[in-house]
Amino acid sequence: MSEYIEHDSQGVSVGLTEKLFYTFAEPPGQLVLESGARLGPITLAYEMVGELNAARDNVILVAHALTGDSHLAGYYHHDDPRPGWWDSMIGPAKGIDTSRYCVICTNILAGCMGTTGPSSENPATSKPYGLAFPMVTIGDMVRAQKALLDQLGVRSLLAVIGGSVGGMQALEWSVRYPDLVRSCVALATTTHHSALAIAFNEIGRQAVMSDPNFNKGDYYGGPRPDLGLALARMIGHVTYLSDAALRQKFGRRLQNRQDFSFNFDADFQVESYLRYQGSKFVQRFDANSYLYITKAADYYDLRQQHGHGSEVEAFAKTRAKFLVVSFTSDWLYPTYQSRALVKALKKNGLDVSFCEIEAQCGHDAFLLPSPRLTGLIGGFLARVAEEE
Amino acid sequence: MRYDLEIIATWVKPGSRVLDLGCGAGELLDYLRKEKQARGSGIESAEEQVAACIEKGLQVLQGDINEEIRDYPDQAFDYVILSQTLQQVYQPQELIRELLRVGKQVIVSFPNFSHWSIRWQLLVNGYAPKNRQLPYDWYNTPNIRVITLTDFRHFASKFECRIDREAAVKSPKGDGAGMLVSFLPNLRATYGIFLISRR
Repeated sequence: MSEYIEHDSQGVSVGLTEKLFYTFAEPPGQLVLESGARLGPITLAYEMVGELNAARDNVILVAHALTGDSHLAGYYHHDDPRPGWWDSMIGPAKGIDTSRYCVICTNILAGCMGTTGPSSENPATSKPYGLAFPMVTIGDMVRAQKALLDQLGVRSLLAVIGGSVGGMQALEWSVRYPDLVRSCVALATTTHHSALAIAFNEIGRQAVMSDPNFNKGDYYGGPRPDLGLALARMIGHVTYLSDAALRQKFGRRLQNRQDFSFNFDADFQVESYLRYQGSKFVQRFDANSYLYITKAADYYDLRQQHGHGSEVEAFAKTRAKFLVVSFTSDWLYPTYQSRALVKALKKNGLDVSFCEIEAQCGHDAFLLPSPRLTGLIGGFLARVAEEE
Repeated sequence: MRYDLEIIATWVKPGSRVLDLGCGAGELLDYLRKEKQARGSGIESAEEQVAACIEKGLQVLQGDINEEIRDYPDQAFDYVILSQTLQQVYQPQELIRELLRVGKQVIVSFPNFSHWSIRWQLLVNGYAPKNRQLPYDWYNTPNIRVITLTDFRHFASKFECRIDREAAVKSPKGDGAGMLVSFLPNLRATYGIFLISRR
């Protein structure tokens, strides 16, 4: 979510990685989406780190969160200022050990980092889709990932790992493909968004759509709805933090001044920080993708789709082992949601471990370097690999 | 490993499914997994202990034992273990009923409050007793239940539990050293361990 990841403190890295592409669902064989609409061709941008073993059974699929991308770890070029977004977790002898496992991450469907999304060319018009892009679901994102794994000849996943919206994908994998998924690591996530999470997403979407440049999503080639998207990011950013985190990081400190300006400049450090986060975000993210992905997350309800409304029934066919982790100060995906998930898994007699990590930094905690989280994931994966 | 845990481990049949309530850093579960090929899981409330368990590859849930026990299907485990926690439970009768629902057999261990030194302290000094097993004062002790070996046997007969096996243990320091007590156990044992099932 946030862009905290800096270079690894120990300097251990997977080294150079590259952005790969896979195109499928060429017409007339388009992918039929859950909405009934057809989409194709679809290109997925993805990254693979670590070696695929001969049996092709050492694969871990990592699903990124709302605004992430396929660039997991390492560097595209030697002079990149920062590594991939989960470099602190993924690498030789790290929590997800690339000397043992082959780790794959795709940019999600409707994204804007190389995978087909609303900013991609619509073959029907030879112009960007914009809002003509069909609505996609978490299930559609997962089916697209499955198509890539089929192509790579991967018939079984050692683990699917994700946080937040990535965690939704991981859970979806475990119920949609129960025979393929040997374990699932669900971090700071839920089987369905709360009204609070939907509310903040809606505010973000309204910010984007009320930007004068939005032009019903057809802004490619002209001025972009940067103000609206930056505002959406500022709102989102607050929800990824916590009262304690904001208090510690900023308090009421003023930004480069001794006294109030008595106008609407960014007097407070927290104001200046949010403006910076907003302006940085619009440089790398497409406003339409933001709309589509937040809507997919809001629509997602694993209970309705797989269990007739019952969280317990939804996991009836699942066979994976689970590691569920929540963070104490996360008010966007609070611990009670993880506990409800754990309860449903237990009632199905599934193998589940759960830990609530004491953390002050809110929802963002799952992305920050943490020896505790590294130890949990490392220990869990080692057991899953060993018990087979 | 603590002496009472060693005794408990000898009672567990190889290949069993075990639930350890209040499993700490997973010492017993780890032992049962390695030596008895048990499929174990644990419940523990402290994050640090839970993390230590998961890091060493144990299946453990963070939570309150009274709450977490409710979610398991009937007879999901061959053994449910409650070691040295019964004296801290608010509603022991309800908890034991749940343990017997979830487990085919239940192993309970607790400090024996009728040890002669405790009786002696109360008789001679008139203070609430303190010793290595019960090192707290009345105002800061987590041990809210006073249980003796005789009390537990009485409890079992009253609430339809069958005692399948029991051991009276003397482990003065509460560590790995200890011995079984057969002569005057209620007076000489520091811990009692019971294997019970539904009658």
